[in-house]
Amino acid sequence: MDWGFIFTTSMSAAIGISAIVFCLGAIGLNIQFGYTGLLNFGQAAFLAVAGYGLATTVTTLGLNFWLGIVVGMAATVVLAVILGIPTLRLRADYLAIVTIAAAEILRLTLRSVAFKDTFGGSDGLQQFSDAFYKLNPISPGAYDFGPFKYNEKSWWVIIVGWSLVAVWTLLVFLLMRSPFGRVLRGIREDEDAVRSLGKNVYWYKMQALILGGLGGAFAGFMLALGQSAVSPDAYATNLTFLIYVVLIIGGAARVFGPILGALIFSFLFQFVDVVLDQAVNTGLITFITSTQAAQIRLVMVGVGLMLLMIYRPQGILGDRKELQLDAR
Amino acid sequence: MVHWSVTRVIAVIVAALGLLGTVAVVSAGPASAEGEAIQGTLRDLAGAPVVGVTITVSNDGGFSDSSVSDAEGAWAVEVPGPGAYSVLLDEDTLPDGTTPPTVNPITTSADPGTPRFINFRLGERERNVQSRWDRAAQLSVEGLRFGLVLALAAVGLSLIYGTTGLTNFAHGEIMTFGAISTWFFNVNLGINLIGAAVLGVITAGVFGWAQERGLWRPLRKRGTGLIAMMIVSIGFALALANTYLIIFGGASRPYADYDSQAGIEFGPVSLTPKDMISMVIAAVILAIAGLALLKTRMGKATRAVADNPALAASSGIDVDRVIMVVWISGAALAGLGGVMLAMTQQVSYLMGTQTLLLIFAAVTLGGLGTAFGALVGSLVVGMLIQLSTLWINPELKNVGALLVMIIVLMVRPQGILGRRSRVG
Repeated sequence: MDWGFIFTTSMSAAIGISAIVFCLGAIGLNIQFGYTGLLNFGQAAFLAVAGYGLATTVTTLGLNFWLGIVVGMAATVVLAVILGIPTLRLRADYLAIVTIAAAEILRLTLRSVAFKDTFGGSDGLQQFSDAFYKLNPISPGAYDFGPFKYNEKSWWVIIVGWSLVAVWTLLVFLLMRSPFGRVLRGIREDEDAVRSLGKNVYWYKMQALILGGLGGAFAGFMLALGQSAVSPDAYATNLTFLIYVVLIIGGAARVFGPILGALIFSFLFQFVDVVLDQAVNTGLITFITSTQAAQIRLVMVGVGLMLLMIYRPQGILGDRKELQLDAR
Repeated sequence: MVHWSVTRVIAVIVAALGLLGTVAVVSAGPASAEGEAIQGTLRDLAGAPVVGVTITVSNDGGFSDSSVSDAEGAWAVEVPGPGAYSVLLDEDTLPDGTTPPTVNPITTSADPGTPRFINFRLGERERNVQSRWDRAAQLSVEGLRFGLVLALAAVGLSLIYGTTGLTNFAHGEIMTFGAISTWFFNVNLGINLIGAAVLGVITAGVFGWAQERGLWRPLRKRGTGLIAMMIVSIGFALALANTYLIIFGGASRPYADYDSQAGIEFGPVSLTPKDMISMVIAAVILAIAGLALLKTRMGKATRAVADNPALAASSGIDVDRVIMVVWISGAALAGLGGVMLAMTQQVSYLMGTQTLLLIFAAVTLGGLGTAFGALVGSLVVGMLIQLSTLWINPELKNVGALLVMIIVLMVRPQGILGRRSRVG
């Protein structure tokens, strides 16, 4: 067992591209689920429309990169409105079922042969990220900072990504101590009380859904740019579930919850993978293969989510009293 | 107040996963002794064995071996290890009058330690020349069949929701559980599919009992919120599906019996005997479940608990016992649905996960919490999915069903048979 290697790869993963994607996705989800109490189980769909909005504009239509970013954000807002109109008047578990269904509809449509010319079928789309990497001021090469080892492209993604995380975190911090944030939290606690104060609950929920969706949109941009590709099956329902795990580990309804959750989750996810892989390869564990070792991680994520929800639904930073959500 | 320690919860989860593991470990023995093999049974349209046909299995690494089908039509080739193989049927050795298979050679992969079953479809009927009405008739029957599969799972999901308020995202995994345990009884232990299915359905019922006893009841006693329980069920589904993947592998596998049956034609509709029998069984079982809900004391108690648990408890109904019966029977029905689904599309670790949203669509369409609504919703969704392929590409058929669910929620959120008060 090479513990030095295990430590450096896990630390690198903790700040890597997937950590950024989880973090931005969880910031968006935090606005919807943590502060407003909306059970959005279609966060993957928001990542998908943003990534595909960008990729389709640049690759399929041959237009400008920045126009692609605008298209991606506009598509996210449209998706939030379409999802919100039928569901925001319904009870929480209906919203969950509709959003999860919408995400699946979107994924099946994106990967269908019927739209292969536009969305690239199950292969997805590539070659839309040149403009992003041209802005990279770092000269080519590998750079190590302590345990973090990446090349110039990945460092560029990491710098841009964590800057976006900082901007979004500041935004959430400012919004949630404003009157707007108090109304959102009021809706989560008691919708009728907020309504009796003359607030339009429906419109506030819609704003929360749109704003959280935009957080997801930036996660979608970073995922697409980090991999220089979009593929439909990257946006399966499991992605939404992982974002939930990240948010719940860190603590829902807390400004720094998504950041802490993303760092810890990405570290552990990589750590378990490398440890199990080395244990299998060095013969310490003989009853599983290394493919099975990678699959065990997702079993652990599932069991971890169960244990968290049962024993510490407030996560590391949260306040238990704030999260007594109930649907009935 | 029930004391509920961390170790106990872990023990329960491990026990739940272990229940499946035991089946796997017990049954893995004979399979790994056989090693990797590719095998199958050749039958013609009438179901009679086809004897004396040479089948050659080869791979890129230069391996090549052949087998001749015996008096039962069975053939088997031992292969050196897991990997991709090409299976070629020598068409010259087919008896006169037998139509060659449409796909030949078949490319397949061998999994570590288990035999792989390959079926050459001999004399497959051409269906391209059907008229639109003939196709509509055929699709309606297939839709009815799929609707019955959905109904078997949906009734349990809806009753569990009705009596406990839990939106169970792990219900699809109960279907997979029934299908996989039936597969182990059938293929690894060599029990005929009918007996294996009975055992598989019983195992699924036991699984339902274990879930309620070990997980959901303690959580209810603990006062865990419904949303929290829903997220727990998502974690449970994720853990279960990946446990199936580890134990069962990523490939789709058929049952050993009745795999390639010839269709019997009724006017424009062609149905295999196994389809007919399983549809009749499903319809009879659903009818029994419906009658039990309407006529028996337990059924009345179930409906009372679904209406108002507190009032039911105060009028002397043992609510926990009712919920337990709902869990056991709901899981057994879902297990049967899984077996029926696997008979048409083979057993895979994701089959339940992929069906879950359609079950939700069915339950939402019929009205969340009502058993008869779930039944009606399932049949509508099943027919809709199949008939929509008349106009749209089959790869998008589930999209149509999910869209209809969303539209129904906009127009009539309580569903076809639901009551308005259930929607907040």
